[in-house]
Amino acid sequence: MNLGLITDIAKSLLLARLRQTVVAAIGVTFSIAMFIALLGFMNGLNDLLDGLVLNRTAHVRLFNEVKPNPDQPITLVPEFEGQHHFIRSIKSSGLRLDIANSGAILDALHKDSRVKGIAPRVNAPILYNSGTIDITGAVGGIDVVAESDLFFFRDYIRAGNPLDLKNISNSIILGKGVADKLLAEIGDVIQVTTSKGEQLPLKVVGIFQSGLADFDKVQSYASVNTVQKLLGKPNTYLTDIQIKLNELDSAPAVAREYARIFELDAEDIQTANAQFETGSFIRSLISYVVGIVLLIVAGFGIYNILNMMIYEKMDTIAILKATGFSGSDVRKIFLGIALSIGLAGGLLGLTIGFGLSVLIDHVPFVTPALPTITTYPVNYDLKYYLIGISFSLITTYFAGFFPARKASRIDPVVIIRGK
Amino acid sequence: MPVLQTSHINKYFKDPVLVKVLDNVNLTVNRGEFVSVTGKSGCGKSTLLYILSTMDTDYEGDLHIDGELMRGKTEAELAQVRNEKIGFVFQFHYLLNEFTVLKNVMLPGLKLQRFSAQEVEHRAMERLKQLGIDQLALKAANQLSGGEKQRVAIARALINDPLIIMGDEPTGNLDKRNSDVVFDIFRQLSEELKQTLLIVTHDQAFARNTHRIIHMQDGRIESETL
Repeated sequence: MNLGLITDIAKSLLLARLRQTVVAAIGVTFSIAMFIALLGFMNGLNDLLDGLVLNRTAHVRLFNEVKPNPDQPITLVPEFEGQHHFIRSIKSSGLRLDIANSGAILDALHKDSRVKGIAPRVNAPILYNSGTIDITGAVGGIDVVAESDLFFFRDYIRAGNPLDLKNISNSIILGKGVADKLLAEIGDVIQVTTSKGEQLPLKVVGIFQSGLADFDKVQSYASVNTVQKLLGKPNTYLTDIQIKLNELDSAPAVAREYARIFELDAEDIQTANAQFETGSFIRSLISYVVGIVLLIVAGFGIYNILNMMIYEKMDTIAILKATGFSGSDVRKIFLGIALSIGLAGGLLGLTIGFGLSVLIDHVPFVTPALPTITTYPVNYDLKYYLIGISFSLITTYFAGFFPARKASRIDPVVIIRGK
Repeated sequence: MPVLQTSHINKYFKDPVLVKVLDNVNLTVNRGEFVSVTGKSGCGKSTLLYILSTMDTDYEGDLHIDGELMRGKTEAELAQVRNEKIGFVFQFHYLLNEFTVLKNVMLPGLKLQRFSAQEVEHRAMERLKQLGIDQLALKAANQLSGGEKQRVAIARALINDPLIIMGDEPTGNLDKRNSDVVFDIFRQLSEELKQTLLIVTHDQAFARNTHRIIHMQDGRIESETL
């Protein structure tokens, strides 16, 4: 059809009522700008909070859980097979805490194409000795390069160089809380005692702060070798293998598979952190609802202005119809007006929303819990901008639909004779 | 073939009681005729015109334009017929104030798409020149005087070389001088271009100068004078 002409007429009608159209467009602009700013900020916060835990959590963690042996003697008795066994006072068996045959498992994981990276760990409980006081704590023996690559370990180091952990033997990075209690600074040597009673001096090469204060009061990190030495174990001794996958969503399935193949306990990230997903979801939902409500309000504004315009332009509509424009042409003209308001208002809204996001991004936000954050977090995902502009077009389309239909049904005879 | 032919057209107004406004109207307009329809207010002459113009579809009987039956056509098809075959001149000029004079004249031509936009513009300028108002082409429609507006409306009616020009009291809102100008234009169109015209008017002086006068009373064609 004659789209150029329709657009031309729509444009002229629109410009003839410029002030009203601008008011209508400002409604859309405002709601889209708020929508973008809100979603950007909310999702920035989501990413930050998720990052607090999810970034540091392995997608799949392989370990040996302390638990009773599932194969109790009664299960070996053929008569009771397939029946429910009532057994009391079972104790967890003295099974090994480390991962058996860890070298072969690491090799297998390296070959698995679904795996993005792996970080082995040796976790051990220790006591920090400070004069006459012993502070209970835990040390994680880590591969500092893998931890930094996969779990952003580097981001949480407040002082010192994490690579020193690897380069300097018998070194340790203390949690902020531990360091405060021990009055330890970088370069100091502290004494730690293992659960077996062995004592070892370790040099402090860094201080980390995770954002979870209780965690920082007990945890410290050393290299895998140092902790193995501390425990008097060989260099194949690993208590955990942390795996990051290419596809986060496949974690539960992969975890089940590894548990079966390696005969280990495997925990996936979804099970470990289900509540974080819920929090993120609720925050996104609130932002979307607020954004859509704003848009609906703007939509009513457009509806009113178009209705008014149609009453004012009755003569114009009648004459267009008399000279050969059909009802559907007239409808397209008014829908065109509505959509131009939506598009112009929406695009301006995106720009202003982006500006607001940048503004929020520059507001200082310093909290000791989050050492790497200096300003409010904002997410600039293109997705929100696409959703914003689509919403503005859809809302204005519906706001324009009924007035446009009314215009298309105007009977020119009534208008022309009515004069 | 007659340009326009009706057979047994009846029309009722249903509000508040059933009133028959047109009663068995049979009318034929041939090519090149200059016909006027007169009658007192309320005799149904305007109602008849709007039925003939295809804008009013609520009637009994048959209407043929250019040999084609109008009954059963969709709203869009009727719009197409109006666009292509009928030129309108109304009592109250009805120019679109958002556009220039030239654009007002061009709109039905742009809608028809028989010619390119440049050609339509050229043809619109020709029509304006023919009516002696080409100097107004770029003015806004609302800056014109009543007589000027009516001439622009005539130029617009002519843009698609219509089969017939219909007028509803085209001089009803004009002073004597402008009425004469408009009438002269109609007569010129009729004589020089053999343009078919059907004009509803209550101006007896106007009607007397046309080829054929159809006099209506109480919804019926009472008499025809040549």
